[in-house]
Formats: sequence, C-alpha cells, structure tokens
Amino acid sequence: MLIQIAYALPFLAQGFALTLWVSLLVVVFSLIAGVIMGVGLVYGPVPLQWAVRIFSDTIRGIPILVLIFFVYYGLPAVGLHLPSFWAAVLALTLFKTAQVVEYLRGAVGSIPRGQSEAAMAIGLTFRQRLAYVIFPQAFRRFLPPWINGVTDAVKGSALVSLLGITDLMQAINQVIGRTYEAMPLYVLGALIYFAVNYALSLASRRLERRFSFIRE
Amino acid sequence: MSTSSTTVPALLDVTDVSKSFGTVQVLRSVSLQVARGEVVTVIGPSGSGKTTLLRCVNFLESYDSGSIRIDGKEVGFRETGARQRRSERDLAAMRAETGMVFQSFNLFPHLTAAGNIMLGLTKVRGKSRAEARTIAEHWLGRVGLAHKADSLPAELSGGQQQRVGIARAVAMGPKILLLDEITSALDPELVGEVLEVVRSLAEDGMTMVMVTHEMAFARDASSRIIFMADGGVSAAGPPAEILAADTDNERLRTFLARFRASHF
Repeated sequence: MLIQIAYALPFLAQGFALTLWVSLLVVVFSLIAGVIMGVGLVYGPVPLQWAVRIFSDTIRGIPILVLIFFVYYGLPAVGLHLPSFWAAVLALTLFKTAQVVEYLRGAVGSIPRGQSEAAMAIGLTFRQRLAYVIFPQAFRRFLPPWINGVTDAVKGSALVSLLGITDLMQAINQVIGRTYEAMPLYVLGALIYFAVNYALSLASRRLERRFSFIRE
Repeated sequence: MSTSSTTVPALLDVTDVSKSFGTVQVLRSVSLQVARGEVVTVIGPSGSGKTTLLRCVNFLESYDSGSIRIDGKEVGFRETGARQRRSERDLAAMRAETGMVFQSFNLFPHLTAAGNIMLGLTKVRGKSRAEARTIAEHWLGRVGLAHKADSLPAELSGGQQQRVGIARAVAMGPKILLLDEITSALDPELVGEVLEVVRSLAEDGMTMVMVTHEMAFARDASSRIIFMADGGVSAAGPPAEILAADTDNERLRTFLARFRASHF
C-alpha cells in the first residue's frame, strides 16, 4: 500500500504545484483588483462607489461553486469561451476580489479622517496620501483578514478539480481511483493543505507583530 | 478694503465667502483680510463657523460662493472662466503654501517626530532625506524637542505631540499658518508650552490665523481679534477693543460674559 502511494508521489506533487499556482494567481489578481476597487469604494465618486458596492454584494451572495460553473458553463452562452483552468482562476479571483474590497474598506475606514487632512495640509496629493500615510497604517488591519483570505483561497482552489483540472485534490482522487487507498491519501492531502495554511498563519502573526508599534 | 491703512495687498484675502451644510448656513458672506506678519485670532461660540472658515482657507472644505486668495492666488478654484475646482495636483501645491495645526494633533503614528516633519519636505518640497532631516532637527530644536526626533508620537505627551504638529507645519515654509484650537485637547498644564511656541513664531513675523478659546493668549499675542457669530463676522478690531467688557456689541458681550463665568 505504502509503495503504491510512494509511486504516486510525483503525480501528487504535480497536482500540488498546480494548486499553488492557481492559489498564487488568484491571490495576486484579487489583491490588485480588490485594492483598486476598494479605493474606489472609499474615495471614488458616488456612481463608482455604487458600482463597486453592487459588484461586491452580488459576488459575495453567490456560492463559489455556482460562480465557477457560471463562468465555465454559463459564459460561453455570451460568446466567452475560457479554458477550464482560466475559467476557474477567473471565478475564484472574482470571489476573492469581493472579499479584498471589504478588507480594504474596513482597514482604510478605520484610519481617522484627521490623518487624511493632515496629509492634505502638508500638500500631499491623493496618491501620496495613500502611499505614505493611509496604506502604511491600514496595512496592519488589512493583513490578518487578508491572510485568512489567502488560506481560504488555497482551500477553495480544491474546487477547480470539479472542472477536471488536475490540482492536488484531483490528483488524490485519481490515485485513489487506481489504488482504492482512500483513507491514507485523504489524510496525506489534508496534511499538505494544513501545512501550507499553517505556515501562512505563522507568517501573518510574525508580520502583525512587526507592525504592532503603530498605535493611534 | 477702504479701511486698509497700507497699499500692500493683504496676504490672505477672504471676500464674501458663504457656505452651507445642507440647509444650515455655516458661513454668511465672511470677509477678512490678513496682512503679512499679522496674527489674527478668531473667537466665537461653538457653531459660529470659526473652524469651518479656517478649513476653507486651505480648502480642506470647499465653499459655495465668494473668494479666498493667498498672496493674490485663488485657493481652491481656477482663476479663469467658470467656477471650477482646481486639479488635485494644483490643490496639493496650494495647500503646501499654508500650514495647518489641528486640535487633535493628527501626527502620523507610523512615523517618528522627525519622520512626520520630513514627509512633506521630501515628497512635496523635493528635498533629499539628509536635507529634510537637517530641517526637521532645526524645527524640533525650535519647539524644544531636539531630543525626541526619533520618538514615535505614541511615546510623546500631548503637548509634545502638538509641538511636533507645529514644527511639521512651519518646516514646510508656509506663507501663513492656520491654528485650529490647538490647545483644546490638551491638559491644562501642557497648554503653556504650546502657546510659548506660537508666541515665538509670532515674534519671528509668521503670519497666523488662529481659532482659540485662550482669551488671555489672544489678547497678548494677536494684532487683531475677529468675533464670529452665526457664521458671520460680528466684530473685528484690536484685542483691547474687542475684549473690553463694555462693548456695545450685544452678542460679543454675552459671549465674553459667559466665557468669563465659565473660566473661574
């Protein structure tokens, strides 16, 4: 039994690499899109605020699985055919972006108004105010929920197996299909997911401590 | 303007400025001229529009009509054509010409005392870090905090934080300094050290407009006092005239009487 599993390890490693790749893409794209949209939500003109609000509330109200199927099976109806990999990345990114928007709104909203005003008063432009005054302070509040969201993204990436993409989850299922060793393989899979997410939480805690000197 | 005794145009020229928050009119056709080197104190009951006026001068607040000019340049709106807000970049450049000190200090908590002062110098004035550091240390010395350059705001007392706030504003080399109730959030025993800094800046010829409840300081340090009530300028003149107990301006008399009663 162990030999069979050992034999499958390179295949599992490939799946794991794909899991990490999907997670990384989703985390990076959602961070960029979410921060931009979050800034629009907090500082933008009213129509933009509304647009972001509607986007975020809609996406967060849809189960992620529905979102994945919608992008893969639904969008071709309007002429958008995405390969399964990119459909999965897009769906997960949309989902995550809506969350990042909320983390950013919460973190930036917690900075007292006087900080922006003091930054304006010394002549900083909007971008400078964000870069040198608002974001450095908001970072500490943004980080914990965001890292939490990253671990969610790693776990949530297992759903891409439903589109037939051979990520860690799908690789495990395939090996089980050949070996019928469900229990040890699922335990192995659980341990791998856990190891990644636990490492992330540790890193997060360390980072938080590093920024804890900022007191209001 | 006809009462102006000199031909030099005012450094700060507020003309007929009005502003409403919804249905509440907070500024009613306010006009005010401040000459270079003058220290003008604005007093008045809360809700009289003092702070709003100050915030309009560096365009932290917009206003509905009228004009505010510093050194001849319109502050928040473009000079030509229809009344149009300046671009973000222009506004930032205009604001860099006025310094503002806040009631709640508003120091940047993630930067040291020197870092607070250096931010505007490096990012707005384009100084190198070394130059900015030298200037920051100079001004920290001026406010008696040379030894606190590397302290974070959270490690400073309220009075020290506010002195850093003043240093941050004046280090930018502003044409005019706006002080918005800068001692109101301080414990009484810390007020003196902050006012001392303001007094020394006044002696150096810094043009200042301050909103304060420190009447004794207003009397000693200002060249003129403006009394605001209900969003308008109700009385203006030299301290001795405005703070006289027998003024015939009834609102001012009531304000001063109430003020004296509450400060014993």
